[in-house]
Amino acid sequence: MSTKTKNEQSVYVYEVPIRLWHWINALAITVLAITGYLIGSPLSSLSGEAYEHFLMGYIRFAHFAAGYVFVIGFIGRIYWAFVGNSHAKQIFLPPIFSGKFWSEVWHEMKWYLFIAKEPKKYVGHNPMAIIFMHVMLVWGTFFMIFTGLALYGEGAGFDSWQYSWFSSWIIPLFGQSQDVHTFHHLGMWVILIFVMMHVYVAFREDIMSRQTLISTMISGWRTFKDNRKD
Amino acid sequence: MTETFYDVMRRQGITRRSFLKFCSLTAAAMGLSPAYAAKIADAMENKPRIPVLWLHGLECTCCSESFIRSAHPLAKDVILSMISLDYDDTIMAAAGHQAEAIIEETIEKYDGNFILACEGNPGLEQENTGGMSCIIAGKPYTEQLRYAAKHAKAIISWGSCASWGCVQAASPNPTGATPIHKVPDLGNAPIIKVPGCPPIAEVMTAVITYMLTFERLPSLDRQGRPKMFYSQRIHDKCYRRGHFDAGQFVEKWDDEGARKGYCLYKMGCKGPTTYNACSTIRWNGGLSFPIQAGHPCIGCSEDGFWDKGGFYNRLSGINQFGVEENADKVGIGAATVVGGAIAAHAAISALKRSQNKGDQA
Ligand code: HEM
Ligand code: SF4
Ligand code: SF4
Repeated sequence: MSTKTKNEQSVYVYEVPIRLWHWINALAITVLAITGYLIGSPLSSLSGEAYEHFLMGYIRFAHFAAGYVFVIGFIGRIYWAFVGNSHAKQIFLPPIFSGKFWSEVWHEMKWYLFIAKEPKKYVGHNPMAIIFMHVMLVWGTFFMIFTGLALYGEGAGFDSWQYSWFSSWIIPLFGQSQDVHTFHHLGMWVILIFVMMHVYVAFREDIMSRQTLISTMISGWRTFKDNRKD
Repeated sequence: MTETFYDVMRRQGITRRSFLKFCSLTAAAMGLSPAYAAKIADAMENKPRIPVLWLHGLECTCCSESFIRSAHPLAKDVILSMISLDYDDTIMAAAGHQAEAIIEETIEKYDGNFILACEGNPGLEQENTGGMSCIIAGKPYTEQLRYAAKHAKAIISWGSCASWGCVQAASPNPTGATPIHKVPDLGNAPIIKVPGCPPIAEVMTAVITYMLTFERLPSLDRQGRPKMFYSQRIHDKCYRRGHFDAGQFVEKWDDEGARKGYCLYKMGCKGPTTYNACSTIRWNGGLSFPIQAGHPCIGCSEDGFWDKGGFYNRLSGINQFGVEENADKVGIGAATVVGGAIAAHAAISALKRSQNKGDQA
């Protein structure tokens, strides 16, 4: 924090598809979590005749529609990891065999535990964020997609592709359908906890680290707040 | 001349008219076209009767009860004549040594050609700890089962006990009750699971009839259940489904919704996760089924239904945390801890930052 005169430099980090995915995904997760919760614990009963309403039907429809957006978005995101710039691969392939990576994770931990006085500078994600996103977001997404499509296949029936690709082996793997529901439901809480931490850390780092975060996910440009190395 | 099912039925006093009715009912239950009724009748009349050995392990006998209580007197008679001839220790006339001799006789006469119907399951703990349970004719049931299984053409696991373990296998499972397909050293006979507590009588007869008519096992799903009866959930064909989609639920017993026949989802109905034919074939000759009587499905044909928390809770119990919880309680608990940690971390961060600012000034 010694630089009084700020000499800012910027790098283009997040390409358009990444930013688009990020915000669409955020929206999809919001819809999925709200509708998913309401599938588990439905709203109060409506009166009148059944044909006058389709509330649970619409809630489930919104869940499935957002579910497909989530699935297709994730497929697109994986594709972009192959064709996009080097930052697009980061959350999929943490360099777990690199000693430097782990020492940076260690440094980042110390920064979060208020031991290190200053974080390092990173063009892409910081190393702890990579681990965190890889485990909770990437694997969490895979988990929700696989269990979600397995549940979907049960409704779609034995001859649907969702059933043969997902339900047919995922349901027996968990034991039975009820267990898949329970784990899909627990998965929601894992994703929500990820979101809580992610949002907090994004704001905190935006304020306290040496680079921008939130505006970067909007404009794509990472701006550094000082021009010291490392 | 070899005996056919038809011969046996006639001997038991079943009229030809009743016999043909049974054939068309069974064809309908299997989802086959009416033309198959004739094919079934033909098989029943001409093919040699399949001998059935019916063994009972740890169980409540509800599968047999389901059979003999079936409201359709016809189905009952047919089933009884189909199975009671060889060995079924609950309903056969023979007893004691005479009864046990029948097992030997059947195995000798029809080695590799009879169906072994298992009701209940063996307690394997006796092999592990030397405890005693389910002793038949002075020997553990497990021995009888293994012996018969190795000579059988196919094994039918009747009911949730034989298929999944059921109530006697509920945690902590003191007798080591083990479903048939998990019993070691059982030979290679294919196993057909017909789960349910009990299974529906029409489903039970249809499975045997199918094997006789088509001379092969019915096609099974990955978990070994006949696809024609276990490929849809109760929820998929439930007549209250309209109320589910509308968002009309019974909120508590005896409320207005219960009187109006609303969906029982909030009362813990396991219809959405249970594969069985109750909502199509129904019970007691198509008279009714639990949901029609106003009670939620408890998922009796699913693996582990006895250990998943309350029958009347929508979310399953999760016991891994020591106390009975559900996914939302675990999730909200974890989110509260994380939320608290975030708040504390934010507060310390703000404090540090203001201190650092002070340093710089
Ligand atoms: C972040 C992602 C997701 C979240 C947070 C989420 C959340 C939930 C929750 C809480 C439930 C209720 C579970 C229960 O208690 O029975 C549920 C059910 C379900 N979800 Fe998801 N879900 C997600 C993704 C998906 C995806 C990608 C699909 C696939 C299309 C999907 C399909 C389903 C289906 C079919 C059900 C069962 C609906 C029913 O029983 O009527 N979900 N979801
Ligand atoms: S009563 Fe049960 S099976 Fe029927 S629609 Fe409601 S939840 Fe589904
Ligand atoms: S409705 Fe459910 S609990 Fe009742 S008999 Fe059928 S499968 Fe079993």
